[in-house]
Amino acid sequence: MTALLATDGLVKRFGGLLATDNVSIDVREGEIHALIGPNGAGKTTLVGQITGNIAPDSGTIHFAGRDVTRLPTHARVRLGLGRSFQITSVLREFSAIDNVALAVQAHLGHSFRFLADVRRDRALRDQALRGLAAIGLGERAATPAAVLSHGEQRQLEIGMALAGAPKLLLLDEPMAGMGVEESQRLVATLRGLKSQCGMLLIEHDMDAVFALADRITVLVYGRVIFSGTPEEIRRHPEVRQAYLGEDPA
Amino acid sequence: MTPRTLVALVLLALLAVLPLLTQTFDQRYLLSVGTRIVIWSIAAVSLNMILGYGGLVSFGHAAFFGIGGYAVGILSAEGVQSGWVQWPVALAAAVLWAALVGALSLRTRGVYFIMITLAFAQLIYYLASGLEGYGGDDGLNISRSRFGLIDLRDKATFYWLCFALLCGTLWFCSRLANSPFGTVLRGAKSNELRMTALGFPVFQYRLVACIIAGAFGGLAGILLANEGAYVSPAMMSWVKSGDLIVIVVLGGIGALFGPIYGAIVFFALEELLKPFLDLLHKGWGEYWQIVFGPLLVIIALYARGGMASLLRGRE
Repeated sequence: MTALLATDGLVKRFGGLLATDNVSIDVREGEIHALIGPNGAGKTTLVGQITGNIAPDSGTIHFAGRDVTRLPTHARVRLGLGRSFQITSVLREFSAIDNVALAVQAHLGHSFRFLADVRRDRALRDQALRGLAAIGLGERAATPAAVLSHGEQRQLEIGMALAGAPKLLLLDEPMAGMGVEESQRLVATLRGLKSQCGMLLIEHDMDAVFALADRITVLVYGRVIFSGTPEEIRRHPEVRQAYLGEDPA
Repeated sequence: MTPRTLVALVLLALLAVLPLLTQTFDQRYLLSVGTRIVIWSIAAVSLNMILGYGGLVSFGHAAFFGIGGYAVGILSAEGVQSGWVQWPVALAAAVLWAALVGALSLRTRGVYFIMITLAFAQLIYYLASGLEGYGGDDGLNISRSRFGLIDLRDKATFYWLCFALLCGTLWFCSRLANSPFGTVLRGAKSNELRMTALGFPVFQYRLVACIIAGAFGGLAGILLANEGAYVSPAMMSWVKSGDLIVIVVLGGIGALFGPIYGAIVFFALEELLKPFLDLLHKGWGEYWQIVFGPLLVIIALYARGGMASLLRGRE
């Protein structure tokens, strides 16, 4: 099976710091691939290169059968790369449904239309409402995003990413700051989404990682030190020491 | 109907019949003040499109006064009096300038964007000052554009034309705000990173917004040149760019009618404070902004949404 996303020999330096050191990872269709590692391991830098916010010094990124290494972020999104951010990123002044409607709008094509009224676009509103209901926020449609609870905002973010019908979902610490119950609900939601898209999951919550991941890659000081199934990870002494030792989860 | 809409409609109705009022009460001068308010409103509404909806604080919007005005002025000086030629050329010049400035300045953010738009406006200001063939610093007297049967030299006719164009601008702006395009623009103001992650090429949307605003700004410049039958570099000095921002802030950032309230208050205060201060002491009138400044500070501190928010009442 061909990989949906594949990085090949990615390198990124910040001055003297080697933040990404020859990283080659891949995510297959319908797979959840978890990326773990202690703080400062370079996870966010790696995500930045995959999304196009950071340009790698060398190496390539292939996504959906194309070399996207030099493509800007919005073009990668158009190819089917959805994401949630480490720090929740929603449009705080917009209502929940308007947030999702914008995501749908982005997916439908260009928005260089100046006179139509988006609030009266039935198809758009219906699709946004369905998207909102799918992540369990149907009741909160009219609530401004800023007023939603932290957990709801995280859900909304994922809902926005899903509205674009992504092939790959990039989740940067989706459980961060969530309570146990909220985390469990999100784990269930993500598991249900596996049939729709592949996922690259960056997460500190080891329970969630082991509950969801098909494969796990361990990143330390910018380098991949191990990659394998959850079972293999659990048995690997070096990983236990390197990762679980520094940041017991 | 909300009180807000009612006030806006009453205001528009009053503006619509202003020439009749000034004629009835024999206040010719007021019509010329009214004309300037309407023209500045067009420019302020256009600035509000990028500043209010887009969050892009352009400190060089008066450049469009100058470009629209000088395009008309230079053509007039060269013997081309037809508005059918002057106006499209002026609009095209404004659009080109907006595209150029936008393409470069939108690569920056925050205070850098403010500074680079200011720098571009200063560039065109000094360029106009250097046009010795067209009056240099002193500016250029022109005659009003010719439109066949419509005689723009008639003050009421000219006012109504300006008013009609303001209504058109407002209509477009109201549609724009909730259009797919306007929603993207407002979304990018709220969270640019998220909009990019949704797949919107934010830069392109902002550039188009700048071009639209520039076209309406250029239109205001055309009208301003015709109003005074005169163009000079002063119409695009950085002070005018600042005045436009003040008008938008005063009226209410991102509120449809805000720029009009702002323009009315701005010019009314100028017209009232000047003679009042001169009455207190001859020559003080020139410094009317000494009173206006603190007023603006009070608005900024206590009425963040500007005049428009006062109508909405407390939230």
